[in-house]
Amino acid sequence: MISALDILTSGVLRYPLIIAILIGLTAPVVGTFLVQKRLSLLGDGLGHVALTGVAVGWLVGAWTSAGPADLLAIPGALVASVIGALAIEYVREIGHTSRDVALAILFYGGIAGGVVIIQLAGGTSQNLMGYLFGSLSTVTAPDVVIAVVLAVVVLGIGLGLSGLLAAVTSDEEFARASGLPVRAVNILIAVMAALTVTLSMRIVGALMVSALMIVPVAAAQTLVEGFTRTMRTAMAIAVFCSLGGLVITVYVDLPPGGVIVLLSIGVYALGLITKAVLPERRAERERRPDAAPGTGTRPLPSAAG
Amino acid sequence: MRPEQGRATPAVIEVAGADVSLGGTPVLHGVDLRVESGELVALLGANGSGKSTLLRVAVGLYTPQAGTARLWGTPAHRPQAHDRLGYVPQDTSDAGSIPTTARETVATGLLGTRRWLLRRRDPRVMRALTQVGIAHLADRPITRMSGGQRRRVMIARALVRDPELLVLDEPFAGVDLSTQDAIAALFRELSARGTTIVVVLHELGPMKGDIRRAVVLDHGRIVHDGPESERPTLDPGHDHVTVVDHIDECLGQEIHPA
Repeated sequence: MISALDILTSGVLRYPLIIAILIGLTAPVVGTFLVQKRLSLLGDGLGHVALTGVAVGWLVGAWTSAGPADLLAIPGALVASVIGALAIEYVREIGHTSRDVALAILFYGGIAGGVVIIQLAGGTSQNLMGYLFGSLSTVTAPDVVIAVVLAVVVLGIGLGLSGLLAAVTSDEEFARASGLPVRAVNILIAVMAALTVTLSMRIVGALMVSALMIVPVAAAQTLVEGFTRTMRTAMAIAVFCSLGGLVITVYVDLPPGGVIVLLSIGVYALGLITKAVLPERRAERERRPDAAPGTGTRPLPSAAG
Repeated sequence: MRPEQGRATPAVIEVAGADVSLGGTPVLHGVDLRVESGELVALLGANGSGKSTLLRVAVGLYTPQAGTARLWGTPAHRPQAHDRLGYVPQDTSDAGSIPTTARETVATGLLGTRRWLLRRRDPRVMRALTQVGIAHLADRPITRMSGGQRRRVMIARALVRDPELLVLDEPFAGVDLSTQDAIAALFRELSARGTTIVVVLHELGPMKGDIRRAVVLDHGRIVHDGPESERPTLDPGHDHVTVVDHIDECLGQEIHPA
């Protein structure tokens, strides 16, 4: 039997573990803003576009024969998903197409572009499987370096400017009336989502990237209230599920992405059950005497205060 | 209340000849509105008269297809025009899908063109919540509040900016009577301290007696701008444009001194 210590010290798993922790920390931060904007499926659309990027990277790699065929796959995914993010934000802004139709086109265009271009590059759709569903064996040292850089950027912006991003995602009209850079923030969030997709693709796969952004946030919402607490709880849940999922795949031969996502959905289901079983707890708390009787509000004191 | 050189300094709000169409439907026709520092102005009118649209034009949320809108002399769509503005939108159920607490909501009011970072537990947030009487609900998500409580949070979010101009869209809609009175009292206090207030109202309600200048809109035109007591009574559903003739008479000395 392998112990947890063996896992942490094993060379094979060290890279995936580092990436798993980074995904756990990063994905829910972006996911919180996406859920707040009601753009939960954006990450999914970007995951599909990233596949086209993988294939284009592959194609460029084949043409230049600069190294291994997949050397440029992740950089390709990065570029494609950032372009996809900017495109979706542009479409959302001009408002000629509804958001869900724009996202649907991104989904289909991304996956179709991926399978067509990979074939042009001399590969097969089998080569895309690792990127579609995630894979541990293919994680290399350069992947880890890219992941660390992306995670630092996304966490730095997402946590550092969380007040600004929360203000814009929570109430765009008020944010604009306050003179906040609403457009720049919307673009920033879309680009952060693209970076997170690229970072997570190796392990959880393009098809499930978005789940790690959204499901931990949904799970956190069943447990806590408030924006900041939801974000922090979602980060804890996602780190727990990423690490847990990875450890499980050490003992049982299962795809890590699927296990991680199922674990998150398990936490969400547990949260829902807890909420259903214990509905009185919150009401109880609010009936405490510190809340004034009647409407629950106190008369307004003088405004001069 | 108003500086003697009022005409020389730019007006707080200056909308000139604003035409606005929304989705192809004309909503405002050549509307002019000038609000000086320290005024308390009500925008009145039936549903669909264009009063909320005029408010949004005035604060730069809509750019008119023709005409101009300025705040303190700066084009209203520029972010720099908004640092001294406190805006209270109409209550909408279309908030983000993660309920923010009252404290978090009010804190976002501290952000501005040159201020993108929030200090944890900024004391001004609790001060604003105390000002509107709901400090004890600071950590409650706004989705689990009554309409009146939520409205107080929105007002606190505008007040935390310490605005020179407070602009409110139907602050009494869906609010119980005692909260309406309390909010009206707060407006009186702020107005007495020199805050310029422009408020869109469906009816005067608790503000009756406080409003010295009423701007009445009908079918996208201003049909009265003057003392509230002289405003025309409009029968919704009829064409009231003829009342336009009264506008000049209504611009009394008390409202627009030379």
